[in-house]
Amino acid sequence: MATYRLKVNGQTHDIEALPDTPLLWVLRDNLHMTGTKFGCGVAQCGACTVYMDGSPLRACSMPVSGVENSEITTIEGLAGREAEAVQKAWVARDVPQCGYCQSGQIMSAIALLQANKNPTDQDIDLAMNGNICRCATYVRIRAAIHDAAQSLRG
Amino acid sequence: MSIYDKTLHGQNVLGETSQTVSSQAASMSRRALLKGAAGLTIAFYLPRLAKAQTVVAQPETFAPNAFIRITPDNIVTVLSKHLEMGQGPYTGLTTIVAEELDADWSQMRVASAPANAKLYGNSIFGGLQGTGGSSAIANSYEQLRKAGATARAMLVEAAAAEWKVPVAEITVERGTVKHAASSRQATFGQLAEAAARLKAPTGDVQLKDPSQFRLIGHDGIVKKLDVPGKTNGTAKFTIDQYEPGMLTVVVAHPPRFGATVSHVDDGAARKVAGVVAVKTLPTGVAVYANGMWPAIKGREALRIVWDESKAEKRGSAELFEAYRQQAKTPGKIAGAKGDAEAALKKAGKVIEAEFTFPYLAHAPMEPLDGFMMWDGTTAKARFGSQIQTLDQGAIAGILGITPDRVQIETLLAGGSFGRRAQATSHLAAELAQAVKAIGPGTPVKLVWTREDDIRGGYYRPMFVHRLRGAVENGKIVAWSNTIVGQSFMAGTPFAAMIKDGIDPTMVGGAREIFYDVADFNCDVHMTDVGVPTLWWRSVEHTHTGYAVECFVDELLQVAGKDPVAGRLELMAKHPRAAGVLKAVADLAKWSDSKPAEGRARGVAVVESFESYIAQIAEVSVGDGGEPNVHKVWCAVDCGVAINPDIIRAQMEGGIGYGLGHILYAEVPLDSGHVVPSNFDGYRSLRINEMPEVEVTIVKSNEKPTGVGEPGVPPIGPAVANALARLGRERPRRLPMVRGTV
Repeated sequence: MATYRLKVNGQTHDIEALPDTPLLWVLRDNLHMTGTKFGCGVAQCGACTVYMDGSPLRACSMPVSGVENSEITTIEGLAGREAEAVQKAWVARDVPQCGYCQSGQIMSAIALLQANKNPTDQDIDLAMNGNICRCATYVRIRAAIHDAAQSLRG
Repeated sequence: MSIYDKTLHGQNVLGETSQTVSSQAASMSRRALLKGAAGLTIAFYLPRLAKAQTVVAQPETFAPNAFIRITPDNIVTVLSKHLEMGQGPYTGLTTIVAEELDADWSQMRVASAPANAKLYGNSIFGGLQGTGGSSAIANSYEQLRKAGATARAMLVEAAAAEWKVPVAEITVERGTVKHAASSRQATFGQLAEAAARLKAPTGDVQLKDPSQFRLIGHDGIVKKLDVPGKTNGTAKFTIDQYEPGMLTVVVAHPPRFGATVSHVDDGAARKVAGVVAVKTLPTGVAVYANGMWPAIKGREALRIVWDESKAEKRGSAELFEAYRQQAKTPGKIAGAKGDAEAALKKAGKVIEAEFTFPYLAHAPMEPLDGFMMWDGTTAKARFGSQIQTLDQGAIAGILGITPDRVQIETLLAGGSFGRRAQATSHLAAELAQAVKAIGPGTPVKLVWTREDDIRGGYYRPMFVHRLRGAVENGKIVAWSNTIVGQSFMAGTPFAAMIKDGIDPTMVGGAREIFYDVADFNCDVHMTDVGVPTLWWRSVEHTHTGYAVECFVDELLQVAGKDPVAGRLELMAKHPRAAGVLKAVADLAKWSDSKPAEGRARGVAVVESFESYIAQIAEVSVGDGGEPNVHKVWCAVDCGVAINPDIIRAQMEGGIGYGLGHILYAEVPLDSGHVVPSNFDGYRSLRINEMPEVEVTIVKSNEKPTGVGEPGVPPIGPAVANALARLGRERPRRLPMVRGTV
């Protein structure tokens, strides 16, 4: 076990963990921040997507020892215009079904819109195809991203 | 700590803040019902809490029956007897209550009902409490309409008494009870306490005429109740449960089905920091740890010798070969008309097709998991239990207590697709074994990893369908279908469904077809394989729908008929199936539009769980030879449509789920070892592979039926039939795309 100082959603936490513990399990088991989900453990499904210094990261595949000097943002710490637009669009379209993958979907969608205010369907495919939704809510995810982009463009 | 305690303390499973249901109210209500056991035959249909007003701890809570709680803060909480795993019952059941209650949608909330089959049994499951078979709305519609109407009548009665005016002069509109002549009005919340003192009306309550519905069948007002919490990360699933002192458990399962633990060397595992204990369970070796990562590391460090003497050691290639041979011999007759063999012999040319279907994993996004506390006399479980009554019994049996000492709080489930509906309750049993092995006082969270999930069996069984048919003078004159596969009903509490050696969940949709063929036969062989199998979203229709709809399309092609018109000519006795087929053809402009260059359209129509779905898929073939599905049109007749937008969502999701599997998914076995272990080997549909979907809901006054599963079956054959129109063979071996992962 070793001690790590993490900055998550603007707050500093000192936690104890094995050095190779994936950030995902630190967020969940040490900090009880449960919005970030476990889906595969091998960076195949995107359910654990968080931001490291503003960029999307699969928390299941990044050891805690690698994020000490970084700012981590989880679904619980979302703020800003893009986040608001995406979450609002998600609710308006009633996107989620089982809902388990949606934190990750939303994290990826917000990152896309922060980089690209006018994504094409192909841009959406590229940004979102690392996020599996077994309920296949993809039609609504796509529509909600277009809605959010539209609202951001005013 | 139950959901009811939690709602009092601020947060319920949906991540909303509310103060609605008290634990005392719920448990006292159960007791009241048990006390009046003689009345339970009526109570089963609409359990009434005759003495609710005297037994609830909070007298101001109006609890007219087992399903509705109205509190002075003007919140109406519906207790859902059905698991919410994504198909929308939380919202659907609440819509039905709100409709008859004339409530305002904004005051409606939902909570999960406790495990109690007497109050919350599913009439389609013979009274077991459980969710599946697309039955949530179908078995609740009348029940919850009456529940809502009863509550409304009591609120009106309370207002009439308070205002000293005739009941008949009172109206209710969007949560407000009004007496126009005296300009008086009150909210449900204001009337709750007075209504709680009233006796529930005896006899039938007046239900609305459907023409008066303002929520059922309408878009725009109802929003899904579970969506906000699923959009901001606050919705709580089983994996999100934490309690002080809790240990996380992962179990090392055998490498082959049927193997058992022979010897364990857990020395290295126990040395992993955070590992607390290692115990051998009937299903494998359990590692108990402070958190998931040490549990996983501890499991990796185990050295287990398995006894594989009774294990299944065959591979899927071997099994398929055996199935194919068996398909050439006659099985037990599941359906017959005329003499198919004689007609085939007489025919000039017999058209033959053999379809093979692989094992499929359900792979819900949230792998199987469960949480339980056990104090030595009572067990409190929290998980996405899908058949609570069986799970309750399994846990009770293992812990040596009576089922009433097993509380199950049903949590949101991160998908299921059939996986959590376990006739054997194997997950609940493993959870109870894990709790029992560590002993009372330690809360346990059992978590399966994705590898456990993909390699853990309980698959959609492998099947072979051998079809033979004949066409004479443009007419299908003979049809014979031999089906080979495993029964997942045999040896379970549902085995009684197997009649005369025929398991209906192997042959539904094939033993009777929509198409009028004079000489028809469907027979079936039940195989014995040591790989555990289970129902999988839309059950037998995953394979019968594909085989039947591909084959009829092929025969119609030989007969020179249009796929839509040709089907309709044979469907005179199936007006609802014909109805959706016509509707989808209209929606896609089948007759008067042409697909873009290089694309073709295929059609299929399947009935499952008494819902009728037709789909048309527009398909091209990509550079790598993979089918690209561009657009799917879908027509659905599910009787009275409760929530049109949820129906559309289920069609979209069902199409995506069906498509992903017919295109990419299989769980092959090599000498009994499961080959894939995660989404890198078990390919899932991704957003770039999802077609555009357009849905039309056929207007119907038939009783409402389900939509969670029926969207799945038609997409596979619709894609195959489109490929045929592109000049390719209809894929006869699924998945269509292999070897790309």
